[in-house]
Amino acid sequence: MDTLLKVENLQVEFRTRRGAALVLNGVDFELHAGETLCVVGESGCGKSMTALALLGLIPMPPGRVKEGRILFQGEDLLKASQARLREVRGNRISMIFQEPMTSLNPVFTVGDQIAESLRLHRGLDKQAARDSAIDMLRQVGIPAPERRVDEYPHQLSGGMRQRVMIAIALACQPDVLIADEPTTALDVTVQAQIFDLLRALQRDKGTAIVLITHDMGAVAEMADRVIVMYAGRVIEQGTTDQVIGDPQHPYTRGLIACLPELGSSQLGARVELQEIAGVVPSIWELGSGCAFRERCPHAHDRCDQLPPLFSAHGSRHAAACWLLEAPAALEVSAA
Amino acid sequence: MSPTPVSPVAPTEAPPVLLTVTDLHVHFPRPRANPFKDAEVVRAVDGVSFEVRRGTTLAVVGESGSGKTTTALAVMRLAPITQGSVQLGTTDLSQLDDRAMREARRRLQIIFQDPYSSLNPRQRVGDAVRAPLDLMKIGTAEERTRRVDELFTAVGLRPEQKNLFPHQFSGGQRQRINIARALATHPELVVCDEPVSALDIAIRAQILNLLVKLQRELGLTYLFISHDMAVVEHICDEIAVMYLGQIVERAPRKAFFARPLHPYSVALMSAVPDVRGGRARAAQRIQLSGDPPSPIAPPPGCRFAGRCPVAEPACAEALPPLVQVEPDHWVRCRRVEQVDGRPVGPLALPTATQALPVAA
Repeated sequence: MDTLLKVENLQVEFRTRRGAALVLNGVDFELHAGETLCVVGESGCGKSMTALALLGLIPMPPGRVKEGRILFQGEDLLKASQARLREVRGNRISMIFQEPMTSLNPVFTVGDQIAESLRLHRGLDKQAARDSAIDMLRQVGIPAPERRVDEYPHQLSGGMRQRVMIAIALACQPDVLIADEPTTALDVTVQAQIFDLLRALQRDKGTAIVLITHDMGAVAEMADRVIVMYAGRVIEQGTTDQVIGDPQHPYTRGLIACLPELGSSQLGARVELQEIAGVVPSIWELGSGCAFRERCPHAHDRCDQLPPLFSAHGSRHAAACWLLEAPAALEVSAA
Repeated sequence: MSPTPVSPVAPTEAPPVLLTVTDLHVHFPRPRANPFKDAEVVRAVDGVSFEVRRGTTLAVVGESGSGKTTTALAVMRLAPITQGSVQLGTTDLSQLDDRAMREARRRLQIIFQDPYSSLNPRQRVGDAVRAPLDLMKIGTAEERTRRVDELFTAVGLRPEQKNLFPHQFSGGQRQRINIARALATHPELVVCDEPVSALDIAIRAQILNLLVKLQRELGLTYLFISHDMAVVEHICDEIAVMYLGQIVERAPRKAFFARPLHPYSVALMSAVPDVRGGRARAAQRIQLSGDPPSPIAPPPGCRFAGRCPVAEPACAEALPPLVQVEPDHWVRCRRVEQVDGRPVGPLALPTATQALPVAA
């Protein structure tokens, strides 16, 4: 598979009154053409910051990319000029934001907002861009697109607005679509529609999707591969079957085990949900070792040092936990 | 002849009803757009009836705009009741004047969804928890202080944290503070309006476990509003599914989740992504097209008919009544039939094959 996007040792820091806060601390991953990569983690772990970094949208100052490379088809986007970034953004790499209510401009019609990127990047004239906008609205499943194209965002429901966001993002047929929690503000039945739409568009156009989410159910049904982030680092990565079916990092295990499950009512008496103790440490409390050690049931002396990603059985499934150095240890303590 | 001994109450006997909501309507008039026309009315809650038994949890689920939160607010008398009654024990809350309602508020309290906006950022959290005791003049000053300490311990915080401000706590801790505040007056009924929706997934389990533990220890009754079917299945004893201001199905937990009968309940269940289901589940999903109709002018027939995959022309003609099809199992669908003495819905839940092995 072609590697479309390669992120190497990405470090992003923010200047604050308390000093520099390293919000991304050496993030590495690859995205292949046509696949869906899910980025999972709790709030504050760096998911959205990774997405913003890919598009060169980190507010600078106070933010700063301290180190690393973001290679898009071999070109380092961190070294690219603003003019070059504008060519890439919304054209080759585009993004859907979390809040369909606030990320559309209320004073322009949805048609204008879809046409904008087509006119800018594709050089279409007004009429051609409008026709394409209507076509895009039809593709994302909006009924009566000829009428909707002239409507304003407030005239649309939340699900429709998110479809418009998707239409804007996909108008130029990007290679990469970054979706930052695209359905958290939506109802489950609408979420199901949006996921289906993303899958169908990916099948037809071969767009690679980076889906940022905290919903393990969404991961299970959307992802080809998963990376799990914690405190600004990737702590586990692998295929969906590997990460969901056989999670290696204690944090990933906890994330899956703490979910209330459908079907629990049929299993007899109500059982307590498993908890992950404590909360995500603040950026000032990280120290030098494993960031999860305060909450980890398996923490030991070794955890004062930062664990690298250990890959299990030589596969591409890897997790950053010292227990994996000797895989037997986890089996014993988990039993 | 010795008198027959009074038999102790059988443990299987259902506890008494605490909350009875009868034919509740909450209508909001919209500003008149045209002086020659009647003002439009948003029928947020349009004829809802249910009961909650003491010490149990009724979950009300539905999508945004279904009226679930308005129902909760109307029970608290925080939304105006247009018609119908809300009865707590023997008190009809809908008839109380403001003063009597303030008195009654000690018996029912609410936990809001957003732990960030539901605490005053300038008030020390101990004062926030103490406020209901002060307002309702419960106990002496020392008793109130003691009660605050007790509440902090009960929700898993340390009493010395009461002098801190809300911004010094995480979302999960703030929700614990909200729970402590709601419990301050020893309420009988606690309305939980999406209490875990705004929390991180790893924190949700902590709060859900706390709510279950407090219910067990204090005999609390919960009216639990949520849109998350997995959370609801975990926590409820009974469930009511709302669609466009009305209950479309009400059933005990086990019966509902084994076999939901209303097509909307089935679609809602199938829409939930599940970690075990993966893509197989997604492929078998029942797709609903479109959005719910407007609560200003609801369609005359079944309100779900326009999106229902199994609707017949007759469904759009008359609103079906909420019918009891099994003991305690009510459904508002004219296509639910009795087959061999059991109710059968028109739409079955797809049985997703196990796609992914999930580590226990």
